[in-house]
Amino acid sequence: MAAVTDPRITDPRASASDRRENFPVLDQRVHGKPLVYLDNAATTQKPQMVLDAMNQFYQMDNSNIHRGVHELSERSTRHYEEARVKIQRFLNAVDWREIIFVRGATEAINLVAYTYGRRHVQAGDEIVISAMEHHSNIVPWQILCEEKQAILRIAPINQRGELLMDEFEKLLNPRTKLVSVVHVSNALGTINPVADLARMAHRHGAPIFIDGAQAVAHMPVDVQALDCDFYALSGHKMFGPTGIGVLYGKAALLNKMPPYQGGGDMISTVTFAKTTYNELPYKFEAGTPNIAGTIGLGAAVDYINDIGLDRIQSYEHELLAYGTAQLERIPGLRLIGTAREKASVLSFVLEGVHPHDVGTILDREGVAVRTGHHCAQPVLEWFGVPATTRASIAFYNTKQDIDALVAGLGKVKEIFG
Amino acid sequence: MLEDLYQEVIIDHSKRPRNFHHMADATRRVEGYNPLCGDKLALFVKLDGDTVKDISFVGAGCAISTASASLMTETVKGKSRQEAVQLMERFHDLLTTEKPAANLGKLEVFSGVREFPARVKCATLAWHTLKSALAGAEEVVSTE
Repeated sequence: MAAVTDPRITDPRASASDRRENFPVLDQRVHGKPLVYLDNAATTQKPQMVLDAMNQFYQMDNSNIHRGVHELSERSTRHYEEARVKIQRFLNAVDWREIIFVRGATEAINLVAYTYGRRHVQAGDEIVISAMEHHSNIVPWQILCEEKQAILRIAPINQRGELLMDEFEKLLNPRTKLVSVVHVSNALGTINPVADLARMAHRHGAPIFIDGAQAVAHMPVDVQALDCDFYALSGHKMFGPTGIGVLYGKAALLNKMPPYQGGGDMISTVTFAKTTYNELPYKFEAGTPNIAGTIGLGAAVDYINDIGLDRIQSYEHELLAYGTAQLERIPGLRLIGTAREKASVLSFVLEGVHPHDVGTILDREGVAVRTGHHCAQPVLEWFGVPATTRASIAFYNTKQDIDALVAGLGKVKEIFG
Repeated sequence: MLEDLYQEVIIDHSKRPRNFHHMADATRRVEGYNPLCGDKLALFVKLDGDTVKDISFVGAGCAISTASASLMTETVKGKSRQEAVQLMERFHDLLTTEKPAANLGKLEVFSGVREFPARVKCATLAWHTLKSALAGAEEVVSTE
């Protein structure tokens, strides 16, 4: 059992008193029990700092961006564009123009499928994804493949939930027009070796899209070091608001892609005869964007940077090891997803008890987990289970939270005998 | 209260569901599916005129949906189509309203579900499937 050895070094909450206090929502009781929030892979909680930044915008600066000459519009434009630079630095992108604001990772994937995909994928071409993808990284490619009579190839995994790298490379060939893989699996917690996958894809002339929705709150991400062509994230899974996310793309690729949606802000000039599109990143940002959400996301980046992703990563690693050891002691419990490189997620089934019943009983004990197929039905089918119970951690969780989960599972056993 | 939801009868029927088998000579076979939790069941009904002469089911689901299907098959066997539909309406009231339960017999063990709105769909999946079977459909019924 790996205990959290030295809290002064590993516990990121120790850096600024108790970080948990920054999250007002965590300070409550549900069904008479203290809330233990272990559903961070579904969405993370928001620190006061993020709530304040959004409030400040609506209370003081609210106005549309990129158009007004008045003071409020200049202020909100500045805050909006500052958030873009924060994200650029957060992902270590070369240029701020490579940061496109979208609604979330799902929209980022759809954007690339509808623009890059439609332009470059022809009948008989191939797109490669993995067997552990979220529905959002399956369905857009299925739609594209159906439209273009292209072929979707699925890279297989082993019993631990790890990609089979040799098998992966065998799927790549000159017809491969795009590879799209999740960075951290939401259902299993597997961390994929995305830098290796990028090298592989590039050897075969294919660009690679990385779905980073489950990664960015748990580990440092450097898109230049990964050498990925596209990277997607969702604000609400990294302590920011819902309805805002990011598509990173290499400028050379983004420049060659047609626009995603038409409207205001994405054009240079419009006549009824011809419209000239705006430059990056605005070409892909039609209409008034989610300004408050973008500013909230920028505040979330500041918040994460203040703690440091290296410290978050090492603390969560120990917490995950502790949770794994505690759960493995429970008779009849089977962990789904036991990759050697893993983050955040403890997905499991309990013999003789359906996850939905586990979830209900845990809820009454104050423990919030996700139950079901986690929008990743194919991978659960591969493991031969219709659903799992999933506890997913963030840096504000503690060993006590894990202990509450284990105690709750004791209650499940009590009821189901 | 958890104890109201997971009453002994429910736990018993979830672990040892009654009428849990395929039926080769069924006159109706309908599948029910709850996409929220992945619960799936196939319901077999043998109608003799207007009477549910025999009924069985197979599938995988949570304790509430399995027990509900099991107790439903026990309850509607031998009932007329109309009686079964009326039972379903009263059962639905039991799960979603404060009305006192009227002659629901064993099905009254599900009254605790009312306090767990997220679980109402689990308890009604088998009944939705039955309704569809009695209406003559041969299809997948979804709770969504």
